[in-house]
Amino acid sequence: MAVSKKVLVNLYTRTLKVRLFEEKVWDLFGQNLVPGTLHLYLGQEAVAAGVTAALDKSDWIQSTHRGHGHVIAKGADMNAALAELLGKATGSCKGKGGSMHITQFDVGVLGATGVVASGIPIGVGAALSCKMRGTKEVVACFFGDGASNNGTFGESLNMAAIWSLPVVFVVENNLYAMGTPIKMMCPSIDIAERATGYCIPSIVVDGNNALEVYEAAVEAVKRAREGGGPTLIECKTYRQRGHSRFDAAKYRPPEEVEFWLNRDSVEKIKKIVIEKGALTEKDAEKIRTKLQKEVDKAGEFAVNSEYPKPKDALDDVFAEVL
Amino acid sequence: MAKKTYRDALKEGLREEMLRDERVFLMGEDIGLNWGGAFKVTKGLAEEFGEERVRDTPISENTIAGAALGAAITGLIPVAEIMFGDLITLAMDQICNQAAKMRYMFGGQTSVPVVYRSVFGGGKNIASHHSQSLEAWFMHTPGLKIAVPAFAYDVKGLIKTAIRDPDPVMFFEHKLVYDKKEEVPDEEYLIPFGEARIRREGDDVTVWGTFQMLHKSLEVAEELAKEGISVEVIDPRTLMPLDKKTLIESVKKTGRLVLVTEETKTGATTSEIAAIVQEEAFDWLDAPIKRVNAPDTPVPFSPPLEQFFIPSGERIAEAVRSVV
Ligand SMILES: Cc1ncc(C[n+]2csc(CCOP(=O)(O)OP(=O)(O)O)c2C)c(N)n1
Ligand SMILES: [Mg+2]
Repeated sequence: MAVSKKVLVNLYTRTLKVRLFEEKVWDLFGQNLVPGTLHLYLGQEAVAAGVTAALDKSDWIQSTHRGHGHVIAKGADMNAALAELLGKATGSCKGKGGSMHITQFDVGVLGATGVVASGIPIGVGAALSCKMRGTKEVVACFFGDGASNNGTFGESLNMAAIWSLPVVFVVENNLYAMGTPIKMMCPSIDIAERATGYCIPSIVVDGNNALEVYEAAVEAVKRAREGGGPTLIECKTYRQRGHSRFDAAKYRPPEEVEFWLNRDSVEKIKKIVIEKGALTEKDAEKIRTKLQKEVDKAGEFAVNSEYPKPKDALDDVFAEVL
Repeated sequence: MAKKTYRDALKEGLREEMLRDERVFLMGEDIGLNWGGAFKVTKGLAEEFGEERVRDTPISENTIAGAALGAAITGLIPVAEIMFGDLITLAMDQICNQAAKMRYMFGGQTSVPVVYRSVFGGGKNIASHHSQSLEAWFMHTPGLKIAVPAFAYDVKGLIKTAIRDPDPVMFFEHKLVYDKKEEVPDEEYLIPFGEARIRREGDDVTVWGTFQMLHKSLEVAEELAKEGISVEVIDPRTLMPLDKKTLIESVKKTGRLVLVTEETKTGATTSEIAAIVQEEAFDWLDAPIKRVNAPDTPVPFSPPLEQFFIPSGERIAEAVRSVV
């Protein structure tokens, strides 16, 4: 696939933006400003970047408990995203959701959910709606390797297949569900194999390579948009940190960790983009400086924002307060 | 006798039963070698009993519940862990349609010796999908026994009883009580289901509650004693069977009842308790029954919102003062 320089720059920028956002979150967390738990997207940036770069603004994504990266890559306002993580009234969910529910509907995010695999059917339903409303919109539905062991996974693939729905299932196989290696819980090496049973085309890609993810996503999105039905893309990737807040991830062999740290998603796309002549090292630095400024500003905005008032807890249960 | 945490007492109970009866085994997500349970309750048990009997499962709640049930009706005694109480929603068919009804629907042909462990409650800022208190749903499902231990001593005695019970038991814990310590005897003991415990004796007002709210109520009772209000605090320990007798006797003594749980108010366990007391002890009541619960909303994330959501000691104290 011939990929334009513009797209290459876009891939680099998206991947890096997610990285810098997550580093900021980690920094704020270190300052004790992020309440509750946290599932960082560090290491998996190329998946969100590659998939969302293949989508239009009017397309949708369905996210997970590890959703910061999806939302930022889809173009979410970083001020509102960071403020949400800090539990501020200016957050996109007014402080009601936090890390596990980070969501911005206005850029096409259908929700981040704390219940593993619960987003898959919602993604299918959104795709059904795209079709029934006669649009050309497409849904990209993200979920983890662990989620693919939940019943909703099979039910969703089947429903999407029989109705030929415009959905792209994106399995982020980071090899673990909390401390559980996927190889203990899935009899095949690739989760993608499961798609075959539902007559859904699938592909396995290097999830740390934004370009590879992008190319697979472009094909899947095209298929979906043209009425060809769902595709499953399995992205092999890796968490650079533990599962959540205090997990030191001691259950992962050091060689494995090192192997994956050496395939860093940001470094990878940077190298590709420079090699293909889309950016010079200097351009890349410029982009980084600019993004870092944006992220820092968002951090300040979030930190300086007010917390909600306690009684705000009663709002938004229904359209009208009963 | 030594002071132990709720977590350790619970683990000891599980361990003793596994040593006593080789049919007992544990299954659930991340309960084994790599994690030891999300709240570390089973830490060390996989090392001791092996991965066959402390079995990590895929993220498949409905099938965890159903597989435990299948094992239970064919000669084993599974203790299945659902990592968070909120996630029992995914296992409702197997628990409520299958396990709960199996003895009855099949005319008493089979026992169903399965235990479902899970954990409720807020206070950790982990929002709407990881903080709920859903125990009332199971009270509304005939066929399930329900244990709600709030203290280290009780959790050990109750888990052992749960494992030996021939019927399905929902065994609910609370996130904020795992680190609470109290004296736990070295010698073996069991706590029968359906026996409440009076955690503090008093004459003016009865407070009935569960989990973290009991701990708060006891603190409040201590404070109110300084104001000259004598509060009796009752821990039901199991919701099914429910010890009505201890409660009714207490209400007959004090004439006043305040019910305190972290559940959202409408249709909570406290609603049922209030109904029972007005049916059985109406003539002894000197004041309306007061309920202290969470508002009817999902559990919010942000600290000020969650603090507002979870009943505070102040709200409990106000409710008690308002009836004396
Ligand atoms: C239905 C359900 N079961 C269990 C959990 C607890 N839990 C949260 S994240 C997680 C692991 C998810 O693994 P995976 O789908 O691979 O996503 P990853 O965390 O690796 O991104 C588990 C078990 C949950 N939130 N929801
Ligand atoms: Mg995973």
